[in-house]
Amino acid sequence: MKKYAYFPGCSLEKMALSYHKSSLETTRVLGVELEELEDWNCCGATTYFHLDEILANTLVARNLAIAEKQGLDFVAPCSACYKNAYFTNTYMKEDADLAEHINYALEADDLQLSGDLNVHHLIDVFANEVGPEEIKKKVTNPLKELRIAPYYGCQIVRPRKNGENVEDPQFFEELIRAMGANPIDFAYKTRCCGGSLLLTNRPAALDMIRHLLQNAQNSGADVIATACPLCQVNLEAYQTQVNEEFGTDFSTPVLYFTQLMGLALGIAPKKLGIGSELVSTLPVLSQFLKKEAR
Amino acid sequence: MADKPTFSQEISNLMYAAHGSPLNECIQCGTCSGSCPAVEFMDQTPRRLIGMINADLKEDVIDTNTYWVCASCYQCTVRCPSRIDIAGAMYAVKRYSMWNKTYADDLVGPVFSETFMKTIARSGRSYEPILAPTYIFGFGAKEFFQEVQGATKMMLKGRIPVLPPRIKRLKNFQNMIKRIIPMGDEE
Ligand code: SF4
Ligand code: SF4
Repeated sequence: MKKYAYFPGCSLEKMALSYHKSSLETTRVLGVELEELEDWNCCGATTYFHLDEILANTLVARNLAIAEKQGLDFVAPCSACYKNAYFTNTYMKEDADLAEHINYALEADDLQLSGDLNVHHLIDVFANEVGPEEIKKKVTNPLKELRIAPYYGCQIVRPRKNGENVEDPQFFEELIRAMGANPIDFAYKTRCCGGSLLLTNRPAALDMIRHLLQNAQNSGADVIATACPLCQVNLEAYQTQVNEEFGTDFSTPVLYFTQLMGLALGIAPKKLGIGSELVSTLPVLSQFLKKEAR
Repeated sequence: MADKPTFSQEISNLMYAAHGSPLNECIQCGTCSGSCPAVEFMDQTPRRLIGMINADLKEDVIDTNTYWVCASCYQCTVRCPSRIDIAGAMYAVKRYSMWNKTYADDLVGPVFSETFMKTIARSGRSYEPILAPTYIFGFGAKEFFQEVQGATKMMLKGRIPVLPPRIKRLKNFQNMIKRIIPMGDEE
């Protein structure tokens, strides 16, 4: 059983509890162990970077150093946390001066970081570490004919990390096929959800959310699948406001990919946090909500 | 005697952990502006902002809302033919304006960033409800009402925490921060 140091991040503690639960449930069935990083701190999302770059990298480095001490690779389910962790880890190798500053600060907590560990987004564990073929073998409740919009958002694919396809990635679609469902052709799949603009420039954020919901609806999505707490909240919790603001009538459920994966793997909906949505999933999911538990 | 750095160099220097090209390699092609999902809400487009930085128009750059409207989505960065990290430059201008306290007074972005930072220095983890009141008054009454509605819905669904989580080794954590940014023992 492959084991990872799992960094839930602040939003998963409560706001995205269903993501947390469904991540642990699905990986368990797939034979992957996520061990929560001990005594982790907030990685600063995008906000620290407004203030001081060395500090921002140090906060991220502390979490990475704890994983390195445990001898495990690092996994983050939140795209912003993942992007921060990925780049700080890379800079440790590329920028000796920055690395020295960071390690000096980490000493205050008896830690140090070499940057030798691998950093993954949770979806990468499913798409590349386990792989769609293995997942398919474990699917007992295929989500037949469910049309799922694969919403990548920004930071899983951008900035470019390792020569990957940033314009038209396909790994999310493959995971959706592995669930037995249909990935729809979603043109805006890597367009930004507005991120934290919702707090700082609401008109801009609502406009960005509206564009995404419109594109998903036009493409015939039954449900939007996300891999990031911020994307999920922006797309789901603000649908009412978008509707009020623009006179639209969106009611598209937005679920974490792990929740949909969990259903396909035959896990009981309750264990996946299904039922705490603001936009009801019942109309589209009812036929897949089987009670018998795995 | 060394020449005073240009604004373009100052901003490039604030991007030390980024590995893009210097801003003065911009060819003004407009790919960044054409890719930007927030461009309609900016008073200067990303292309123009980079041009203004290179033209040393420091005050005019700081006066724009462009770098605060930027959502850090990196669409411009991955497409720039000159390999300039435009999103990184937006961060650098934010940092520049915050350390120099030169941003326009009615912006919510800087208040949010500072408050967020203080919360984390205190508890090690972010806690949204504590932040909310501090920046929320920057909005109008209508937005405030919408925010309350949104927050209440999330609370009712059990999705907003009631107590701020704290990390265990808080003292070490604070000492670590002080090794980067010297601060007194406030509060
Ligand atoms: S895409 Fe790059 S080269 Fe083109 S205008 Fe923007 S910053 Fe300049
Ligand atoms: S990173 Fe900022 S400037 Fe660049 S495309 Fe995204 S929102 Fe626009």
